[in-house]
Amino acid sequence: MALSAFHTPETIEQAVALLAGDPSARPLSGGTDLIVQMQSGRSEAGAIVDIKRIAGLNGIRSDGDGFVIGAATPCTALKEDAALVAAWPGVVEAANLIGSVQVRNRATMAGNLCNASPAADSVPALVAAGATCLIAGPSGEREVPVEAIPVAPSKTSLQAGEMVTAIKLPKRSAGGSDAYLRSIPRTEMDIAVVGAGANITVDAEGVCTSARIAIGAAAPTVVLVEDAGKALEGSGFDDAAMEAMAQAVRNACKPIDDKRGTIEYRIAMAGVLAKRTVMIARERAGGTA
Amino acid sequence: MNAPEKKDSFRLVGTRPVRPDGVEKVTGKAVFGPDYKAANMLQGAILRSPHPHARIRSVDTKKAAALPGVKAIVTGDDFPNLEDAVVQMGEAAGNIADLARNCMAVGKVLYEGHALAAVAATSEAIAQEALGLIDVDYEVLPHVTGILDAMREDAPLLYEDNFTKGLDEKPEKPSNVSMRIQQTQGDTEAALKSAAATVTARYTMPPVHQGYIEPHACVVTWKADGKLDVWCSSQGAFNVRSLVATILNVEMGHVRVMPLEIGGGFGGKTTIYLEPVAALLSKKAGRPVRLTMDRADVFRASGPAPGAVVDVSLGADAEGKLVAADVEFRYSAGTSPGNETHAGLISSVGHYRIANFRVTGWEVLSNMPKHAAYRAPGAPQVNFALESALNDLAAKLGIDPLDMRIKNAVVPGDMTMHGTPYGEIGLLECLEAAKAHPHYSASLGPNQGRGIACSYWVNYGGPSTASVAIGEDGSVMVIEGNPDIGGSRASMAIMAAETLGIDYDNVTVTIADTGSVGYSMLTGGSRTTFATGKAVIEAAQTVIDIMRARAAKLWGCSVDDVAWSDGEARCTGGEKAGETLSIGNIAAKADSTGGPISAESSVNPNDFLPGFAVHICDVDVDPETGHASIGRYTAFQDVGRAIHPSYVEGQMQGGAVQGIGWALNEAYLYNEDGKLDNPGFLDYRMPVASDLPMIDAVMIEKPNPAHPYGVKGVGEVPIVPPLATVAHAVSNATGSPMRDLPLTPDRIYGLMQSKA
Repeated sequence: MALSAFHTPETIEQAVALLAGDPSARPLSGGTDLIVQMQSGRSEAGAIVDIKRIAGLNGIRSDGDGFVIGAATPCTALKEDAALVAAWPGVVEAANLIGSVQVRNRATMAGNLCNASPAADSVPALVAAGATCLIAGPSGEREVPVEAIPVAPSKTSLQAGEMVTAIKLPKRSAGGSDAYLRSIPRTEMDIAVVGAGANITVDAEGVCTSARIAIGAAAPTVVLVEDAGKALEGSGFDDAAMEAMAQAVRNACKPIDDKRGTIEYRIAMAGVLAKRTVMIARERAGGTA
Repeated sequence: MNAPEKKDSFRLVGTRPVRPDGVEKVTGKAVFGPDYKAANMLQGAILRSPHPHARIRSVDTKKAAALPGVKAIVTGDDFPNLEDAVVQMGEAAGNIADLARNCMAVGKVLYEGHALAAVAATSEAIAQEALGLIDVDYEVLPHVTGILDAMREDAPLLYEDNFTKGLDEKPEKPSNVSMRIQQTQGDTEAALKSAAATVTARYTMPPVHQGYIEPHACVVTWKADGKLDVWCSSQGAFNVRSLVATILNVEMGHVRVMPLEIGGGFGGKTTIYLEPVAALLSKKAGRPVRLTMDRADVFRASGPAPGAVVDVSLGADAEGKLVAADVEFRYSAGTSPGNETHAGLISSVGHYRIANFRVTGWEVLSNMPKHAAYRAPGAPQVNFALESALNDLAAKLGIDPLDMRIKNAVVPGDMTMHGTPYGEIGLLECLEAAKAHPHYSASLGPNQGRGIACSYWVNYGGPSTASVAIGEDGSVMVIEGNPDIGGSRASMAIMAAETLGIDYDNVTVTIADTGSVGYSMLTGGSRTTFATGKAVIEAAQTVIDIMRARAAKLWGCSVDDVAWSDGEARCTGGEKAGETLSIGNIAAKADSTGGPISAESSVNPNDFLPGFAVHICDVDVDPETGHASIGRYTAFQDVGRAIHPSYVEGQMQGGAVQGIGWALNEAYLYNEDGKLDNPGFLDYRMPVASDLPMIDAVMIEKPNPAHPYGVKGVGEVPIVPPLATVAHAVSNATGSPMRDLPLTPDRIYGLMQSKA
């Protein structure tokens, strides 16, 4: 399909109207997935709606004690926000593993989410963080958990005319922190063979009071492994609790064999990475003292 | 950094001046293959097969031809009907008809991505749209990509008329095996039986790509006078000229090839893919035509290096003296034969003294792109197997692996596998330097392992021409025909300036087109600084003789009374004794003393010497994930004498890095449908900078006595040892032998799991 128009709306309402009026139109923020897919023929956008000129979509603001990250905010900008880095280091590090520096100067977490790849690096960290996203559409605004957006590889739950306008991170609870790790054959410039995000809270005695573990590239979508979190809650991160957590992660894996990894390797690495990620988050939370 | 390192003997040889092409390249101004534009140029596009193997029943181009903006369409039918003929191609001989059919399929497509039609149009978009309007009726045929699968008796055949060459009797049935070669010495079987210790194992690796950043591209105009101009980047404009002229059946002198800057070749640009197609499009359209590959085209349709399956049996006596080697290797050549199997044979065991050996090579065709040369083509695969087996054998005997090699290394006077004695080679010196280096004795931590390996590459000499011309103001021009792929402009300028006794900055080096300088073989075989350097030095010496004669004329003395030193003529006898004339003085009076001053020299030296390299590598293996990371890497090499040490070290480092990539992650991954699953740099994983430590390059200078400045070829041998070096390190870190490349994390993890 030939590209017929490149729109640069200045309000969310205009953008929604453009998307609703043309089912072939696709929103563009960084374009690091969309443009590559258009060039390779994988995406047939009939029109592009560039959301970067919409006021308020590029930047991070606080929302009480939480954060609202505009959908057009590039990943590298996340690193510049000291409060965000202090509260959600795992989310920031996950978003800054995507592609290369040049890619991250354009790429956004909202785009990473809406591309609906099970291997999206920022998504397990966002899911573990309990992030939500704001969606604008023809029938108004709604807010859903991040994990509700991808439903299958390259498929989202967004309805016609809808677009993600922001990602919201909650208030960082005391004694909590997060982390994200991925496995790739090289050291950078790669797609996760498997990824794991952990977000935990530790009390003054070093006991885990809450834990959310999410894994990427191990199932058709990023998976929040609730049993893994439960296995840690109430524990002091002893070997038995950690192994139970890792086993829950492995149980939740439904990966495929492909050029980037085998089923067996992905399942095994999901467990290894989940353990390592939890230990990094625990150290950041001050729980190892 | 420009201070000479050998003040006693040379002024410039051994210094590190800035490369002449550097500024244009770092400022992004240099014109590479895909940058070139000609006036009134059309953009071409190529239709490539989606099938790995199919008969072309028909190609209907009518709809495409009717699209406004389409100016020409070419299919295999437009190519001259070539007889099978063996001609010089790149670094070796090959069948020109195979090469033509690789540029454009005739009758059958033989791999996914095989070109079968091309369009030239007024824009890229129109050309692409036209490709979609070409109707091809394919009869899809069964395909085969794996080496052992292709060798099976019931394998789908690429050619009904391919009968294995080199067997004792011509086979009755055709097969995909194009050739068997064998070299034997002594009684290998008996010697293996009586050996104190033996190792027998199989080693495998998939094809890998050269991975140059610049994709193939060209602009060709077939002019109204019947002559052709070609602009492209390649490893040899003269090679492009001869291949284009032969495929198109035109006179060689009617094809003029203009070399553009080359963005990496590594052997992969010693052949052609696009130029004859662009030429035929241009002939039909009457305008210049540009063709470019995108990255996926480069991976699917330009030459990978052969994959390999190698069996080795190696035996030694109790002291570690090798007594026998039985090596049987099978190389995948893609759709047509090449030279790697021969090169693999002579690179296999010749760096050790072994009384008994039997080396057998098989070349296997399959539905993959026609392979192309890759840096020491054919050597790394068989070397990986031999060196890995040698490391296992040393371990079995309880002998240090470097000592094992020192006991068996060839020295000057020993015989090569190709039948001539080794000259002034420095293998033993490399091994001893490695043994004495602090890296070899540094302590290792848990999950760390150290590996070593050693290698040989034959190198080459070959025909070269260069001219040296003196400008009216005394400036010095060197004109040569070898594309600069590794800093050769700098080394030519150094050698010319050293010979003439002038400053490096006073010499300008031009890589000329095929109409502007005499013939040079391409840049390959690690030959250029050696052979073309000889031509430059000879031409400079002739120019000195001419200038001495001119000075004698100006002084009115005998030429015998004119010496040449420090870049000027010095009168040593008669009335003018003690006077001097600079090059500028002589040039200013050139018209009155005999005309312009220049000399061209053509050489074909065969007194080149081979290269040897010894590498040491430390890896850390993550015991939970199987990730191997290179912690430390040191490369030792017999470099003859380094004309420009930075570019010699650069070759050593670059070769090591490409070999590390080959060892760890690079692989052609074909799926069950015979299609390449990873035609891009995302999933064809070459090392990135953060994957690697600094590669320490230790140059061992043992000059080649047959070269005025001692040059030996240095560019290829450093890619050979890393495969076995890295595998040895990972084996030592994990306790599991690593015999199948690449050593991806999941493979290492799997081997560690199966051991546990």
